[in-house]
Amino acid sequence: MAIVEKPVDVLIVGFGWTGAIMAIELARAGLNVLALERGEDASTVPNWAYPKVTDEIAQSARNGLLQNLSKSTVTIRYTKNDRALPYRQIGSFKPGTGVGGAGIHWSGVHSRVMPQELNLKSHVTARYGAHFIPAGMNLQDWGISYDELEPHFDHFERVCGTSGKAGNIRGQKLEGGNAFEAPRSQEFPLPPLTDPPTSVLFAKATRELGYHPSPLPAANASRPYTNPYGCQLGPCNFCGFCSDYGCINYSKASPQTTILPVLYRMPNFALRTNAHVLKVNTDKSGKVATSVTYVDAQGREIEQPASMVILAAFHLHNVRLMLSSGIGKPYDPGTGEGTVGRNFCYQLLNSINLFFDKSVYINQFMGSGGVGQAIDDFYGDNFDHAKLGFIGGGVIWGRQTGNGPVRGIPLPSGSPGWGSGWKAAVKENFLHTGRIESQMSNMAYRNCYLDLDPTYRDAYGTPLLRMTKNWQDNDLRMSEFFGERLSEIGKAMGATSIAGRILKRGDNWDLRPYQSTHINGGTAMGSDPKTSVVNKYLQSWDVSNLFVLGANVFAHGIGYNPTGLVGALAYWAAANIRSSYLKDPGPMVRR
Amino acid sequence: MSSHDDHTSRRDFLTGVIALGPVVATLAAGAALESRGSDELPNSVPAPNHPTVTDYRPTFFTPAEWQFINAACARLIPADEHGPGAIEVGVPQYIDRQMNTPWAEGANWYMQGPFFEAAAEFGYQSQLTPKQQFRLGIKAIDGLCQERLKQAFANLTPTQQDDVLRQIEKGTLTSPELPLATFFSGFLLKYVLEGYFCDPMYGGNKEMAAWKMIGHPGARADYFEWVGEAKPYPYGPASIYGERG
Repeated sequence: MAIVEKPVDVLIVGFGWTGAIMAIELARAGLNVLALERGEDASTVPNWAYPKVTDEIAQSARNGLLQNLSKSTVTIRYTKNDRALPYRQIGSFKPGTGVGGAGIHWSGVHSRVMPQELNLKSHVTARYGAHFIPAGMNLQDWGISYDELEPHFDHFERVCGTSGKAGNIRGQKLEGGNAFEAPRSQEFPLPPLTDPPTSVLFAKATRELGYHPSPLPAANASRPYTNPYGCQLGPCNFCGFCSDYGCINYSKASPQTTILPVLYRMPNFALRTNAHVLKVNTDKSGKVATSVTYVDAQGREIEQPASMVILAAFHLHNVRLMLSSGIGKPYDPGTGEGTVGRNFCYQLLNSINLFFDKSVYINQFMGSGGVGQAIDDFYGDNFDHAKLGFIGGGVIWGRQTGNGPVRGIPLPSGSPGWGSGWKAAVKENFLHTGRIESQMSNMAYRNCYLDLDPTYRDAYGTPLLRMTKNWQDNDLRMSEFFGERLSEIGKAMGATSIAGRILKRGDNWDLRPYQSTHINGGTAMGSDPKTSVVNKYLQSWDVSNLFVLGANVFAHGIGYNPTGLVGALAYWAAANIRSSYLKDPGPMVRR
Repeated sequence: MSSHDDHTSRRDFLTGVIALGPVVATLAAGAALESRGSDELPNSVPAPNHPTVTDYRPTFFTPAEWQFINAACARLIPADEHGPGAIEVGVPQYIDRQMNTPWAEGANWYMQGPFFEAAAEFGYQSQLTPKQQFRLGIKAIDGLCQERLKQAFANLTPTQQDDVLRQIEKGTLTSPELPLATFFSGFLLKYVLEGYFCDPMYGGNKEMAAWKMIGHPGARADYFEWVGEAKPYPYGPASIYGERG
């Protein structure tokens, strides 16, 4: 029989970005908050102190900060008629683990959302007509507006010390910022980072092509900074160990650099690590969460009662907890009914390497995760889709994220993979190679969803989450369009040759090369309980003292990096819990 | 921000809470684990410094396997006018050392069955660990060389060796024992490249020679003044244990 712990007011499952945000905001409201984290504790010192962290073998080749798949993973298949196979090694996406979660090894690109993405169905219908939405595409509005979220986007940027340049403050367009930006209430907390060579070339070329480059918002501090909680960040020194790595300089925003030092001093907060949550328990009515059951480091099952439960783990774990706890109706692709697992989305990424003449120094070993220039000319519905025949768009960027040789030295097409010819090629190209990419939205489809795998189980005996997903015609047509833009820009940047990966019609989702960790959807937010799992306050429609955070609440994919939206939604949920739910616990939106 | 202080205060707080209720043992154990994770010395230092040594004796590979590894390294990254070869910078000893890590047992991979063959896009679907890949892969390649050329791989001429490796890579030379093309790209070549470019503390990249060859500054990790300039970086590499080149 499980050991039963003393009840707490708020129980948080998972202790990355959303867990840390909810913990500090609800602890500040005077609640007794407990966070459960499956991984280990970690902090800047000692875990990613210099020089230890500059170890490409430990951090990149051996997945230092990533989820140990031997404990838990997912299975994947393209269609519901296929047999799903386990994701046995890290490839296409990189879930994190431990305190800070994926907020440690992320890059730091800190975008918001385009307002039209939150009501894309209404927007597309109004502009192009309902017939423009292809059969099988589950487009739906999110039930929330950009204006409602704006203060929370702003606050999360202030917490992160985000570097950037505003292009639109309260409707006033500003030189130097993103010409397509949605109105923001104020300037970024820090000015843009210094542009590395790739970004300088990208900005010049795209401007000459008639596009509108601007600095990518980066949660990598360009200056010393103190955030609203009093946590201090140091300036990024472009060390080149960013994505895959913890930050040596307290520059990349993470829960550790921006929230935890203050939270850890609060007497009404506690953290338990090595606590793997198996299930959210409800009362007999099924409408009230009473506790969670977790397994501790010794393998003991422990029941932790709580007045409120917040799922704040990574996407995969949040969705699986909903399914394995039997909360909400699982999605059935046959009937289209049910909501949990519905609208599972990802992103598409085209990535091309640009090889320059030996006189052009790119020095890719320098860089920072979020630094770069980007164009939004083909983002969302910023361009006319009528003749293109696809829905969606994306951002095109010239980033310089930092790279080392263990992470792989890109080479021009036809270069040998080993031997003397390979040596000559790596020697010739290492310092003279840049990379540009397009990151594109992935729409929701009736046949792309999540459920529990009938065959494979994790180390705790729980069925793995099963992904049923492949690229759809709409996605690949969009990708081909972006491939042409990338080639055009790459040539304009002066590359002598170009090689890379452009997803085209006929391509399947390839689980091997890293693409991005921006998986989303599965517990959509919305205004209709028939097509969403949580309401606009991220409160479960079925269990009103359960809140579900993370990119899993996206109703469909967006083109930007998701962390800015995930963080803003967490602050939005916390603010409404404080202002409304705590005064009158119960459903915040009547069904 | 002193994380040490943060952790200390939090631990004190937890310890205070623990005294309540009937589950003291559970929570105390949890708190103890937590402190071990954050404060113990081994967590703060890099992997042990085991630079390339001249008289290395393998602990995983058998003498025959060791001959294969050395011969394959010499062909995959030969010494030539561009820079040192894999042998010169200690790649074989890097690989042998790596065989004694949990990673080589597949400790971070999902290794539960059932196993099925699948399209390449689904990634690694074999139940073989890296250790098994090397053991079986070398045996299969040496077997094929014996069968066709009457010699172990290590005793072939460099031209013959290159030909065998090329055929394995292309998939024209196969074995019923295991998919050799996967062994080649996913294990043999992968580990050779790692050992060539790793920090010297792992036993490869002796004297940072591979970094010098391509112009990689290694562990310097500080480019604030240089990032805005598209110019040659003026300094040689540094390693994690403070070697300068």
